[in-house]
Amino acid sequence: MEKQLSPEEKQEALFQKWLSPKDPEGNDFKFQSPEAEKSYKERVTRIKDAIQMKKLPDRVPVVIFPSMWPATYDGITVEESMYDYDKIVTAFRKFILEFEPDTHMGAAQFGPGKFFEILDYKLYSWPGHGVKPEYSFQCNEGEYMRADEYDALIADPSGFFSNVYLPRVFGALEPWGMLPFLPGILEIYGVAFSFIPFGLPPVQSAYKALFEAGAEALKWAGAVGGLEAELVSLGYPQLLAGFTKAPFDVIGDTLRGTKGIMLDIYRRPDKLIEAMEALTPLMINMGVGAAQMNAKPIVFFPLHKGADGFLSDEQFEKFYWPTFRKVMMGLIDAGCVPFPALEGFWNTRLKVIQDVPKGTTVWMVDQSDIGKAKETLGKNACLLGNVSSSMLALSTPEEVREYSKKLIDTAGKNGGFILSNGAFFDHAKPENVKAMVDAAKE
Amino acid sequence: MSKKLVNAIADMKEEEALNLVKKMVEDGSEPTAILDAAREAMDIVGQRFEKGDYFLPELMLAGEMMAQITEMIRPELAKMPEVKRFGKVLIGTVEGDIHDIGKNIVTFMLDVNGFEVRDLGVDVPPQKFVEAIRKFKPQVVALSGFLTLAFDAMKETTAAIAEAGLRDDVHIMVGGGQVNDEISEYAGADAYGKDAMAGVSLAKKWTGAK
Repeated sequence: MEKQLSPEEKQEALFQKWLSPKDPEGNDFKFQSPEAEKSYKERVTRIKDAIQMKKLPDRVPVVIFPSMWPATYDGITVEESMYDYDKIVTAFRKFILEFEPDTHMGAAQFGPGKFFEILDYKLYSWPGHGVKPEYSFQCNEGEYMRADEYDALIADPSGFFSNVYLPRVFGALEPWGMLPFLPGILEIYGVAFSFIPFGLPPVQSAYKALFEAGAEALKWAGAVGGLEAELVSLGYPQLLAGFTKAPFDVIGDTLRGTKGIMLDIYRRPDKLIEAMEALTPLMINMGVGAAQMNAKPIVFFPLHKGADGFLSDEQFEKFYWPTFRKVMMGLIDAGCVPFPALEGFWNTRLKVIQDVPKGTTVWMVDQSDIGKAKETLGKNACLLGNVSSSMLALSTPEEVREYSKKLIDTAGKNGGFILSNGAFFDHAKPENVKAMVDAAKE
Repeated sequence: MSKKLVNAIADMKEEEALNLVKKMVEDGSEPTAILDAAREAMDIVGQRFEKGDYFLPELMLAGEMMAQITEMIRPELAKMPEVKRFGKVLIGTVEGDIHDIGKNIVTFMLDVNGFEVRDLGVDVPPQKFVEAIRKFKPQVVALSGFLTLAFDAMKETTAAIAEAGLRDDVHIMVGGGQVNDEISEYAGADAYGKDAMAGVSLAKKWTGAK
């Protein structure tokens, strides 16, 4: 019988896979030079040591996680970065090669504008579609799931997404509301009835749009993915295997909107909890699947509505934390490393979220008190941050350097720290970004 | 009955509150009495929010209850006198930014604290702020922004206000997302408010409201 690996062994195995990447054919990945391979391994090892907290890294790792800034730094608009794949590849390559961070998150944030157009994506406005060419895409929150639809979501989350949510959020997929109930395809009797929708002109045109969108996505992924592989060959690892979300944010950001979910806490608390429980295994599969497919451990969690000020501590512990922790534990048991981003302030949550197994997570700290975070969450988990967006945009390089050094001395004490910006940014002075990187390398 | 209504709203008992209003309307209560009770309850909600007992779920539910109650007594409302307000605040999310959650919370809190608030919405160009200042004549202008693009948009807005010769007529506060004191200074605002309560205290300080 095959030996069952412990979560710790599984995590080590995923880190080893990240350390020794393969090409798409499964052969050892070819680096451009022995030096590039050496740098790649040193960088991954540095991140691994900071996260696992078993031994001190050779120095505090430093990373830069921008939103649209690499585009503006290269002098192209955000609109160009989302529509011209060659331009964003050039801009992002320049960003990495000039600043040489220990790792990066790839260029996927410069999503394919054409693809969004083909499907008529309504959840966001993007340059040329509701925002100016030089500005970032932004979310159009709404009630994409009605309050009386909790039971439908709970009974069949995937069916709800395909037949209800996706038709509402992508104009081109509206006819998907007519799709058949797939678990009804059971026996020869009546099976053809289930396929009638695929013969209807609106459904057929939805599929035509889908094929076109898929081809566009593939073209874009070829450019952005090709760049990632090129950067690996030059010695620069990409950090993320993929992403998943806290179930509270799936409902609050994506389905019900802020107002909807906040009212549900009073009007239908049991349904809300039941729905989050139903989404939990799906969110675990999403993260674990990405880690296995991409052969590396780190899975990103953009956290939103659990921050200080949104909920009371009591509501946080009742509604936000239990299923968020379950998703993290599901990932950790499979050897993944959850990487939640604490956008904004999370000071009052630190005592709750510190309850994670040591050396299994890494947390992006934005404006929370980094000293307090180190004393609580930082005992068990690697912290990443917290050079602020305002500092990168407005301070002097000397100020950035001084603050970064202070972070390395305090938050970096006894390891478990990665120097970084605290929130995704579109604007910064290049000399400030450089000062942050230099502070770690000096 | 109006004391019961105050408590029901303030304690987030939506169904009970709406039933009480329905009964009061049927019994021929003055709409003023109902509205006064609702306002008293909103004051309590605001105080509890300031103390850190209430958060977004309570603010949003209180707003929903208020809207439903107003709807129930609408026919009588037109006859009522305007309430006296402490001062006027003009608020909006700056140009380029379409986020509004933070702005809406500040608007709600200013309103329950007795300010007359004019909300210009999101993605508001500097010139629109200038025109609204001329017409609405606020003592306070509140600029909201979530993204880093707001840094420059806030600066451009205060510059446009100054250029129009209106800078001395208003106090300007900024807040939201990545905004802090450093941004306030950069934008040429008078102060940064970390949250809705800070925004209310700034407005009170600047208008001399108690």
